[in-house]
Order: sequence, then structure tokens, then C-alpha cells
Amino acid sequence: MTSEDKPKEFASLDDAIDWQTHSYFSRILNKQSFWVFIAAAIACLALAIVTDTFATPQNLFNVTRNFAFVAIVALGMTVVIISGGIDLSVGSTLCLSAMVLAILMNAGNPLWLSALAAIASALLVGLVNGLLIAYLRIPPFVVTLGMLSLARSAAMVLSNNKMVFQFGPDEKLLFWLGGGSSFGIAHPVIALVLLALLTGFMLKWTRWGTHVFAIGSNERAAGLTGINVLGLKVSVYMCSAFFAGVAGVLEAGWLGGVTTNLGQSMELSVIAASVIGGANLMGGAGTVFGSVVGAALIEVIRNSLILLGISTFWQGAFVGSFIILAVAFDRLRALRDESR
Amino acid sequence: MSVLRLEWISKHFGAIQALEEVSLSLEPGEVLGLMGDNGAGKSTLVKIIAGNYRPSDGRIYIGDVQKDFHHPIEARESGIEIVYQDLALCDNLTAATNVFLGRELTRSFGPFRVMDFGSMNAAAAKLFKELKSETRPKDLVRDMSGGQRQAVAIARTRLASAKIVLMDEPTAAISVRQVAEVLNLIRELKHQQIAVILISHRMPDVFAVADRITVLRRGRKVADKPVSETTPEEVTGLITGAIQAA
Repeated sequence: MTSEDKPKEFASLDDAIDWQTHSYFSRILNKQSFWVFIAAAIACLALAIVTDTFATPQNLFNVTRNFAFVAIVALGMTVVIISGGIDLSVGSTLCLSAMVLAILMNAGNPLWLSALAAIASALLVGLVNGLLIAYLRIPPFVVTLGMLSLARSAAMVLSNNKMVFQFGPDEKLLFWLGGGSSFGIAHPVIALVLLALLTGFMLKWTRWGTHVFAIGSNERAAGLTGINVLGLKVSVYMCSAFFAGVAGVLEAGWLGGVTTNLGQSMELSVIAASVIGGANLMGGAGTVFGSVVGAALIEVIRNSLILLGISTFWQGAFVGSFIILAVAFDRLRALRDESR
Repeated sequence: MSVLRLEWISKHFGAIQALEEVSLSLEPGEVLGLMGDNGAGKSTLVKIIAGNYRPSDGRIYIGDVQKDFHHPIEARESGIEIVYQDLALCDNLTAATNVFLGRELTRSFGPFRVMDFGSMNAAAAKLFKELKSETRPKDLVRDMSGGQRQAVAIARTRLASAKIVLMDEPTAAISVRQVAEVLNLIRELKHQQIAVILISHRMPDVFAVADRITVLRRGRKVADKPVSETTPEEVTGLITGAIQAA
């Protein structure tokens, strides 16, 4: 019997209702994203000491830019996972978006129009995913697995499976958007920060965000309160597709060319980033900060293997172990709570 | 004047007669214990009141207005709230957020409407205080006791300013100490002139809070009498059929 089991004595009911169970400090210590952040920070610190190549401005610039694409897509994935779903089609959606952009710009269209069309094509993918999952009640795993194949096939058909590397009159602007930098920070990283703030705001401060957490925890209960569960699900998959679409436009600008294998098996890194950052695959939990830190950790590991001269084939082993570890910690915590 | 009146309610599903000419009335601030064995028609009756089913025959009056519910939302708009057996809470959200789920308070923040957590926490704290429950608005439902969860579910109905609260087996799966807490919550509802229909198998709980007991057997009402004029033994007999009617 610990002291926590004893009912506390309160002077009045008001004191009992106002009493805080957790201090802000202990709440932070309970967050998986905090510990992943510490792990990433320690890894960075160790690398900075061990190698003289890690902490150079050029390498840090590269590392942040490299993980920005995965992290942007992970923002949308985190929303989907919080709602209790999964989206396996993000890599293909990213490819479709980049390809629509490339083909339109190649034909001489301006960047803004092509980018709008690219993101619209991604949103269409999300809409179809959402409608099938919400209204036909097909499991998200099945729908988005099918879409993984479908969207990439669409990109192949559109481009006749050719690489596009000429982007018409707005080519320089596109390369600046995806590959350039301002104030020494790569543009994809700036986009990531802005989109992460937006997503964090939406999840924490809007009714939509609260409802996403609600359906991920208890869909029936959410429905009984009058929340439009079906519409909400469609919006969640469109949100995920939107981030994949934006990442596709940025990545096309960075790479300077689009092929149909762009974003292949990216969904795995994206899901890994979300899960390592504390998103619960059973739904109901996940944070924006966590998914960004998760994506950063994966990239720091990859980078460190290169800098330390270890074969990059080991990256998959590290990422895989981290996913299992993250979920295992979650299970252990749940078991501890049950036995309490 | 009665807050709810059922007249000759019948319901059949194909050839199965689930309810047969059941009449019932409920006064404001009255706690009615609805008892009966499994399959006696309790849940069918509750689903009719809640708007999940339409009766095959008979009339429902809320106050003195006749109602014909096609959807649970219409029943809710008439002041009928249900506390489900599993409580239908989201345990990853705070108590206050659960109370306000689906009808959140918002305030302007530039061009946006943002969640007004301050007002919701304050309003939820007030509701918990009215219910005399030690439930903290900012705690996650996951970390709460069974009694506190009940308080959250009941606070939801208070927020809707319900006139009638239907409670389905609220004391079925919780500890003895928490049962006492839940019975106190029911007394608080009664104190605030809210009518409660308590569906329960637990004889001591029903006798502790109910003013009147209605017993259903095979779709028919076999007894409807004040608690003071009956005994647990008689009610048991009525439920099993050892006593035909009272």
C-alpha cells in the first residue's frame, strides 16, 4: 500500500475539485515525446563530440532538410493515427502530387497553378480514402493499401513512367522553393515549422482536434454526443493527403526532377516517426512535437552511421528496434496502469 | 403534473411481442426503479423512451405534449438524457472535455474559434460541486474511479438541462464504496427535481434510492407501487413470476 492509495482529506469539496494531481513537471516526464527528444539530443551531442563532421553548419543544414519531408508527412499521419486509423498511401500520394506538378510545369504552366493542381490531386486521393473508410466501413489498412498501389500507378500512367526534369518558365522559382534557404534555414524546414505549429494549434485548440482525439478513443461515445464521425474521418484522411501533397511539391523542387519511384516505402519511415514520437496505433494518443522529434531521431541515426563509417544498411535495424521499443514501453505502461 | 407519461405502449418485432400495453408516468424529482429479468422488455422500453425504437402502438407524452420520436436526437431535444452502462466516455480526454464533448464552448482568437478550456473547466467544476462529487475537471477520465466516471457521465446530462435521466445498470460493475457514490449522485439529481429511471438488477440499490418500483415480466407491467409498500421478497417474486401481479 502506497501513500497514493489512501483517500486524501480535504477541507472542503472545493479544495478537492481544485486539487492538481500532476504538476506540469511530472506531466512532461510522463510524455514519450520528451524521452525521444532527450535520446535525439544525446545522440546529437555524442556525435558532435566523437566526430568533427557532425556539428558543421553544412551537415546540420543537410540533416534538418532531409528529415523535413518525412516530418511534414508524419504530421498528417499523426492526425490519422490519433483518430484510430492508418494511412499507407502517403508515399504514393506524395509521388502523384510531385508528378502532377512536374507535368503541368513541364507543359509551361506557372508554379502556383501547378502546385494548386498537385495538392488538389492529393486531396482527391484523401477524399476517396476517407469516403471508403467512413461510409463503406472498409478497414483503413485495406483502403490505403489499395490506394498505395493505385496512386503510384496513376503517377506512372500520367508520366508514361518517364523522369521529368524540365519545369518550364517557373523552374528557378520551384528549385528555390524546395531547394533554397532563407536566413540559413532550408525552405522545407521552414515549411515544416509552420505546418507543425498549424497542426499543433488545430489539435489542441479547435473542436476538430478534440473530436479527432475523441473518435480515436471511443468512436461510439463520440457519435452519441452528436459529433459527425463520418465527416470527421473523411477530413482526417484529407488532412494526411494534404501534407503528403505539400511535401511532394517541396521535394520535387529540392530534387530537381521527379521519377515515379519518389516516396517509395516512405510510409514506413513516416509511421515510424509518428509511433516513435508517441502516437498510439490503437488510436487516441499522439503529438505533433513527438512526430517531428521521431522523424529527426531517424535522420540523426542515418546520418551518424554515415559519419561513423558504418554501413547504412544498419539503419533499418535501428529504426525497426525503435518502433518495437516505443510500442513495448507503451504496453508496459498500460500493464502497470491495469495492475494499479 | 407528470414529466413523462406512457400510454398503452406496445412493441413487436415480427412475431415477437416485446412490450404489451405498458403505461407509466413519472413526476419531476421522482426516481423510478425499473426491474425485470433479462428479456422482460426493460431495454426495449428504455429504447422507446430514448427514441431508438418507435412503439408499434401507444402514445408518449413529455409534459402534456404528445411526442413521436424518430431519432434519439429528438428525444434528447425534449430533455431526455441517457447514461449508458459503459458510460460512453473518451478516457483520453479530461473530465471537463468529456462533459462538453460535442457542444464545446469556444471563444474568438483572431479569425478563429478556439476551445475555451477555462470556461469549460470552471463550468464542469460547478457541475461536479452540485453533484457533490470529488471530480477534478482537468483530470483524464482514464485516471478516474468508477464513481467519478459516473459523475462525469451524469454531469453531461446536467449540462443538457435534462428533465428525465435514464440510467442503465449504473451500479453493475463497480466497487461497494463507489456504489454509494453513484446512489448519492442519483439523490442529487432527484434533489434538483430531475426524474430518473433506474434500470438495475441490484435490489438493495433500487430500494435505497427509488421512490417507486415498476416490474416488467414478459413484456407486461406486473407491478407499479411505492417502495414503502413493497419488499425485496415481493419484487423478486414478481420478477420471477412466483407472484403473478401486485
